[in-house]
Amino acid sequence: MAHLLDYATLRVLWWLLLGVLLAGFAVMDGFDLGAAIWLPFLGRNDAERRIVINSFGPVWEGNQVWLILGGGAIFAAWPMVYAVAFSGFYLAMFLVLCTLILRPVAIKYRSKHAAPRWRTLWDWALFVAGLVPALVFGVAVGNALLGVPFRFDGDLRMIYDGGLLGLFRPFAVLAGLVSVAMLAMHGGAFLASKAASPVTERARLAAALSALVVIVLFALAGWWATRLDGYRIVGVLAHDGPSNPVGKQAVQAAGAWLDNYRALPWLRVVPGLGFAGAALAALALALKWDKLAVFCSGLSVAGIVATAGVSMFPFILPSSLDPSMSLTVWDASSSRTTLVIMLVATLIFMPIILLYTAFVYRVLRGRVSAGQIEGETNSY
Amino acid sequence: MIDPGTVELSRLQFGLTAMYHFLFVPLTLGLSVLLAIMESVYVMTGRAIWREMTRFWGVLFGINFAMGVATGITMEFQFGTNWAYYSQYVGDIFGAPLAIEGLMAFFLEATFVGLFFFGWDKLSRVGHLVCTCLLALGTNLSALWILIANGWMQHPVGAAFNFRTMRMEVTSFYDVLFNPVAQAKFVHTVSAGYVTGAIFVLAISAWFLLRGRYPEFAKRSMTVAASFGLASALSVVVLGDESGYTASQNQKMKIAAIEADWQTEAPPASFTVFGFPDVAGRTTHFGIRVPWALGLIATRSTDEEVPGIVNLVADNAERIKHGIAAYGALETLRVHPGDSAAIAAFTTNEHDLGYALLLKRYTPKVVDATPAEIEKAAWDTVPGVAPLFWSFRFMVAIGFYFVALFAFAFYLSARRRLDRHRWFLTAALWSLPLPWISSELGWFVAEYGRQPWTIDGVLPTFLSASSVSAGTVWTSLLGFVVFYSALAVVELYLMMKYVRIGPAAFGSSAAPDRAAQPAE
Ligand code: HDD
Ligand code: HEM
Ligand code: HEM
Repeated sequence: MAHLLDYATLRVLWWLLLGVLLAGFAVMDGFDLGAAIWLPFLGRNDAERRIVINSFGPVWEGNQVWLILGGGAIFAAWPMVYAVAFSGFYLAMFLVLCTLILRPVAIKYRSKHAAPRWRTLWDWALFVAGLVPALVFGVAVGNALLGVPFRFDGDLRMIYDGGLLGLFRPFAVLAGLVSVAMLAMHGGAFLASKAASPVTERARLAAALSALVVIVLFALAGWWATRLDGYRIVGVLAHDGPSNPVGKQAVQAAGAWLDNYRALPWLRVVPGLGFAGAALAALALALKWDKLAVFCSGLSVAGIVATAGVSMFPFILPSSLDPSMSLTVWDASSSRTTLVIMLVATLIFMPIILLYTAFVYRVLRGRVSAGQIEGETNSY
Repeated sequence: MIDPGTVELSRLQFGLTAMYHFLFVPLTLGLSVLLAIMESVYVMTGRAIWREMTRFWGVLFGINFAMGVATGITMEFQFGTNWAYYSQYVGDIFGAPLAIEGLMAFFLEATFVGLFFFGWDKLSRVGHLVCTCLLALGTNLSALWILIANGWMQHPVGAAFNFRTMRMEVTSFYDVLFNPVAQAKFVHTVSAGYVTGAIFVLAISAWFLLRGRYPEFAKRSMTVAASFGLASALSVVVLGDESGYTASQNQKMKIAAIEADWQTEAPPASFTVFGFPDVAGRTTHFGIRVPWALGLIATRSTDEEVPGIVNLVADNAERIKHGIAAYGALETLRVHPGDSAAIAAFTTNEHDLGYALLLKRYTPKVVDATPAEIEKAAWDTVPGVAPLFWSFRFMVAIGFYFVALFAFAFYLSARRRLDRHRWFLTAALWSLPLPWISSELGWFVAEYGRQPWTIDGVLPTFLSASSVSAGTVWTSLLGFVVFYSALAVVELYLMMKYVRIGPAAFGSSAAPDRAAQPAE
């Protein structure tokens, strides 16, 4: 197989895989981040809050590995993207890290002590640990669409010209809100399908309302993106050249993020999925088809994540300081050998992971109720 | 040029967060295997007390595991946030084991840890045991892959510099996987984890016995800990020797510094058990030396030399000169990628390119370096001798103590006398912090001893950092210190709370009154 794949194809495959991993993170970990956002509002007393936490309690740990793997895959397949994005967004990453550290601790430690103040404190910690990553990841994607202020010196050392507050540009904030709304929808739908009454009914309403907000905000962001200065490669850039982002020609141009949809109109399906999934999720919730609602909101989340990627292709991280130094699919990847090795590893392990994850969800199927939590010493 | 403050602070932050992560890692490694052993006994004998043991130690495992996961994410992010140039320079090789660790290990441990806690009533006995074993397998695989990554930093095999992309690229993934340094590190580190788990169980059980609580439960736990601990402690010592041997083959400067070995002696070299290294005088005062010992340990022969620091520095000065030639060729190649003379000059000297990079601290124009600058850069390759000398000796002393402690515990458990000697139980209890101390010392030796390199001989630490301001790193460093300290307090509080509650909470048959009587 390795001989059939040329460097350019491998790069596209790894671009797709990156999308799959990030969408996998948004869909899988998204529901427990979203559910954590709803925790203080849908659970009105301790028993109800424990229902919310125990709905995702046994599975969130595996879900979070999608993020760790996403990070690892960027490191291995797109090392320059990893270096530029993580050090460029330094303080934003630190903020996310703090909340990601808070989350496991909050979930595991909250119910190990009975004092109401202890529990309330951890409940709000969980809320923050759901909200902040949702917001910051959205803002980061918004910044990628706007372009990030970096360039390289002669040793290919990255120079970055921006700070934490500079990230919160209006369009980026809108992208952050889309992200929060979509995870709130997804988390709400998950709780509707997993938590017992009275959380079920409240979650249905919350998720359906969020779905409508998603549709409005995503439409607004889409309209804004069409008027934004996108990026475009001019001249030729070899698809199988060495991974060195210096030396090509690229420019900023209004509406350039629409280029791909003009060239391949069927790609409109991707943002379409974002809208249709949310609308169907709301409908399914109204009909109390809760499992279907989770599926539809998952589709919507995947569609929204994929829209950002598809609009920017072949750009991964455009540079606003010097568009010609932007990181693209064609000049920011690992070597061909590493891409092959990583592809083989992924093809072997991804199916195994999906199998045992499905097994675990099957073992843990059924709604989580207050009685069940009381009867189990290990409950959160 | 990067701000030296950024480099120092990033080192401090990475070192502190890694040491902090490694407070939780060894206990996860050791306890997960101990849980699998205890549960296997339960499944084979069907006796409820073994199930309670699994569940009680399991809760403590869970409290620790949460912190292990939380602090691990920090580590994964920091390569990008704080060591961006490093990530880009070696991501092609280094990123792969990290990503495979996610695919192969993290998913496994994180998915099955949920079933470990929530699957007791939902799975058959054997089904649950399989989950526990997969959890233990996941934690051990994660150690394997991260140590392959770390082993590559200590001994970068299977990679070459590509001047078109200005970074290291993989040439043989096989060599990266079967790196002898990585293998030695893996077995030594994992055994250290097992020792940690065994001491943890031994010490807390000793505490129960000292207070006369749950004697049956405590004695059984101690029996498991004693035999598992003895095997692990022996393997830590034997495999620690292996780590020393691979280091002496591949990182001669590190060994010379650990041994405060200034001048090459005629083989076989003597071993300095004790002494005061004097860096300025380049000598060791009051050394108590054992003839032949170092030569035998480090080279496993009587006729191979163990080179001293002064001699290694002279070798490194030569390598810097070759490196300058490689660097000069690289500058030509950047302008004329096809220049065949430059390609030839580069290929002959490329193995020493990293040594030329050491000069960047003293001059931006590496090719014009003066002999004085080369001399300074060559002396930079010596890590801090005194801290290495002492850390190593403490680790080794603790290692031999563990062998003695476990051997005695094993003897007592074989003769069913674990609760006879209060002094032994007290010693076991007070040994609780030792495995953590020795692990931290071990990592300090391994990582500080690698300085001034992040990738040995390839990339100096001061070039690896990100182009962020020192103020930014101060912010995150202070944030981590405050946040991590608060979490440490919470974790210790919960650990102690659950140890005090004891196994009573986990099932009827371990209720304090019943378990307090000699059961069965
Ligand atoms: C010898 C073992 C070892 C070493 C040297 C390290 N770790 Fe670790 N790590 C583990 C052994 C481990 C583990 C045993 O698998 C943990 C600890 C406790 C736990 O929950 O899993 C873990 C957890 C853990 C997690 C969370 C995984 C999850 O969600 O299950 C991440 C992302 C990392 N680590 C990453 C790192 C990085 C980037 C390191 C290098 C600086 C590192 N670890 C050093
Ligand atoms: C968890 C156990 C570990 C501990 C306790 C540890 C400890 C340390 C310490 C003390 C330093 C600072 C050294 C100095 O600057 O003087 C350091 C640096 C570093 N370590 Fe580790 N380390 C661990 C594991 C690892 C692993 C597994 C890797 C790689 C996979 C790694 C990569 C690094 C890097 C990139 C630096 C920064 C550059 C440097 O200062 O060399 N460490 N570590
Ligand atoms: C006679 C006993 C011991 C010997 C000879 C020994 C030897 C060594 C050596 C030579 C290294 C450095 C490897 C390198 O620089 O790459 C090392 C590192 C280390 N040691 Fe030990 N050690 C002993 C006991 C212990 C004990 C008791 C523990 C903990 C329970 C421990 C934990 C570690 C750890 C965690 C590391 C860092 C990881 C690594 O480099 O393998 N060691 N040891």
